[in-house]
Amino acid sequence: MIDIFLWVVFPYITLTIMIVGCIYRFAFRQKTWTAPSTEFFEKKWLRIGSPLFHYGILLAVIGHVMGLVIPLQFYQAIGVTDHLYHIGAIYGGGLAGLMVVAGAVILLIRKATVDRVRIHATFADFFSVIALIIVAGIGTYMTIVYNTTVEAYEYRTTIGPWFRSIFTFQPQYQLMTEVPVIFKIHVIASFGLFASIPFTHLVHIYSVPIHYLARAPQQYRSRAGYQHRRDYK
Amino acid sequence: MKIKAQVAMVMHLDKCIGCHTCSVTCKTTWTNRPGTEYMWFNNVETRPGPGYPKQWEDQNRYKGGWEYSNGKLRLRAGGPLSKLKNIFYNPDMETLDDYYEPWTYDYQNLINREKGDSLPVARPKSMITGKYIDKPEWGSNWDDDLAGGSEVVPMDPNVEKLQEHIAMEYEKTFMMYLPRICEHCLNPSCVASCPSGALYKRDEDGVVLVDQEECRGWRFCMNGCPYNKVYYNWNTHKAEKCNFCYPRTEAGLPTICSETCVGRIRYIGVVLYDADKVKEAASVEDPQDLYQAQLDCFLDPFDEDVIAKAKEEGINDEWIKGAQESPIYKMAIKWKIALPLHPEYRTLPMVWYVPPLSPIMNHITNEEELNTDGYIPAIDQMRIPVEYLASLLSAGDTKVIRKVLLKLTAMRVHMRQKTVGGIDPLKESDLLRGAGMTEEEIEDMANLLGVAKYKDRFVIPTGRREMHGDLHYKQGACSLEDLAPPEGMVTYPFERGS
Repeated sequence: MIDIFLWVVFPYITLTIMIVGCIYRFAFRQKTWTAPSTEFFEKKWLRIGSPLFHYGILLAVIGHVMGLVIPLQFYQAIGVTDHLYHIGAIYGGGLAGLMVVAGAVILLIRKATVDRVRIHATFADFFSVIALIIVAGIGTYMTIVYNTTVEAYEYRTTIGPWFRSIFTFQPQYQLMTEVPVIFKIHVIASFGLFASIPFTHLVHIYSVPIHYLARAPQQYRSRAGYQHRRDYK
Repeated sequence: MKIKAQVAMVMHLDKCIGCHTCSVTCKTTWTNRPGTEYMWFNNVETRPGPGYPKQWEDQNRYKGGWEYSNGKLRLRAGGPLSKLKNIFYNPDMETLDDYYEPWTYDYQNLINREKGDSLPVARPKSMITGKYIDKPEWGSNWDDDLAGGSEVVPMDPNVEKLQEHIAMEYEKTFMMYLPRICEHCLNPSCVASCPSGALYKRDEDGVVLVDQEECRGWRFCMNGCPYNKVYYNWNTHKAEKCNFCYPRTEAGLPTICSETCVGRIRYIGVVLYDADKVKEAASVEDPQDLYQAQLDCFLDPFDEDVIAKAKEEGINDEWIKGAQESPIYKMAIKWKIALPLHPEYRTLPMVWYVPPLSPIMNHITNEEELNTDGYIPAIDQMRIPVEYLASLLSAGDTKVIRKVLLKLTAMRVHMRQKTVGGIDPLKESDLLRGAGMTEEEIEDMANLLGVAKYKDRFVIPTGRREMHGDLHYKQGACSLEDLAPPEGMVTYPFERGS
């Protein structure tokens, strides 16, 4: 019963909150949709913390795609042995995790100690950073400590297929019952974090300006249809 | 040929008295909300001086505008790839301290303090942190009227460039005022710097605006603009900038800074230009050719072909008439007495300046006995102002400045001869030849610069909002709506808790 709640109901509830919340905010509250930069107030510590954190997150996302989205069979088909995979995962994932945690801790200390930044930080701002530190901290612990001292846990046969099954709407919660507790906490905390995204400045993760690479430098719009952007060379 | 209309401004610097009325009315109209206290869409700088933000002209530091290298025009701060790379930390971006920490005073203390032996004082209090500031150290016009003198003046990047010592002795010094707003450039580098595509140039009037919905606060526009006229609102985390008071200009009214200008230095009008020539004009090799290249983009509003083409593009008769009667067309294109600010940034700015003559003419001591041509050496003698002005207005080309100053001097001498007499007539003099103008033109010019009324200084065709189909829906719609707190309800985040 509790397993059904944790591995079926909870993920769907949190993902629904995230998706519906983000769509609502984008459609009706887009003036609040931004990257909450405080570089304008302080850039000495930001220079170290922000790139460390963000590039770490990008690496971690790639790592999670490799571990959860890409099936084990793919690795076997291209001849990556389990041993080789885990070495890569521990080194790569460990590095990403350390970058994220170190960066986020620097940013949190900065947020709490620099007057100009702290005074304008909202509860949501602190919540996102602390939640990220908890999630990333557990993840880093799993990758570096648990994997090397207890066992190199093979999540590609349990968490991976379960994660994919959520998106095919046939959730196989049974796969999650035997997963080590520390991994369970990491998964639950992550889904909790996903649910908070529409209520914090974390929405900016959906605004990576990739289209900037392809568009013309100058933008013109007419007054009547000002929402329709137009390239002009 | 792709004809576009641009609403442009010229400021006649000789008439600026440095009263900051433009700044104050702009401030109370647009930037009196939390997050915007430090912003001055319009500011007036005393030159020589570092300006606002400090040393904004130092593009080695802020990397604003465009550069032309290896046959290509590109953003000085780097193209899209390098921007995405730097999106988590922008090394070139200015911080609050490059502007100043805005403050108010603790006025309540004057009323509420308990009776004591000393007079109550209103201590300065930061509008960012709410804490007392013991000693404010910089403000948007801290160096007003050369305050700070020999310590502050050398901070001016133009002075550094001249590599000449500007005399700071009381009798020899000079100064001028430089009011600045957004240039609403033809080739805006802020627009090109925006990863979200939230900044755009409006088709109808060329005003450069920020879409407050689409802005994601990446902040590359801040230092991407070489004039540092795009600001970051720390409260909404979005960019804001001068919008040329478009709700006013659409109704045919001048911008609030122009409307309230005490010296009546500002002129607004329409200019027609060929949008297809813009990129080519911004890409001429020698920065000193940029002024002429930009002039070549402008179109003659009396030309039959131009009128026909403009109509095809949907520019209506009122706007074409506006372009023909435009004071900007006269000053910038016909008489060529107005010049663009820092053309070397390659953005093709559209707020132009008539350079001041006063620091030079004040140097003339024996005007009583002077003949007409006696004025010519006066322009050349005060070399530093001419070079200084050239560094501001013509990418260092002193010939351009000299020519404009000759025209203005010719006007002054001619009008003096006409109204006071006592000087030999201008007709056959070298001064008139140097100016390259007819007496008739000179009198027209004197009229526009000296006595022109409201309707001659501001020739602004309306936006024809009444033609829109969804007028009822658009009623009251404004880009800053729901960003501004309700009237009389300004609360700062640091005050909300208490």
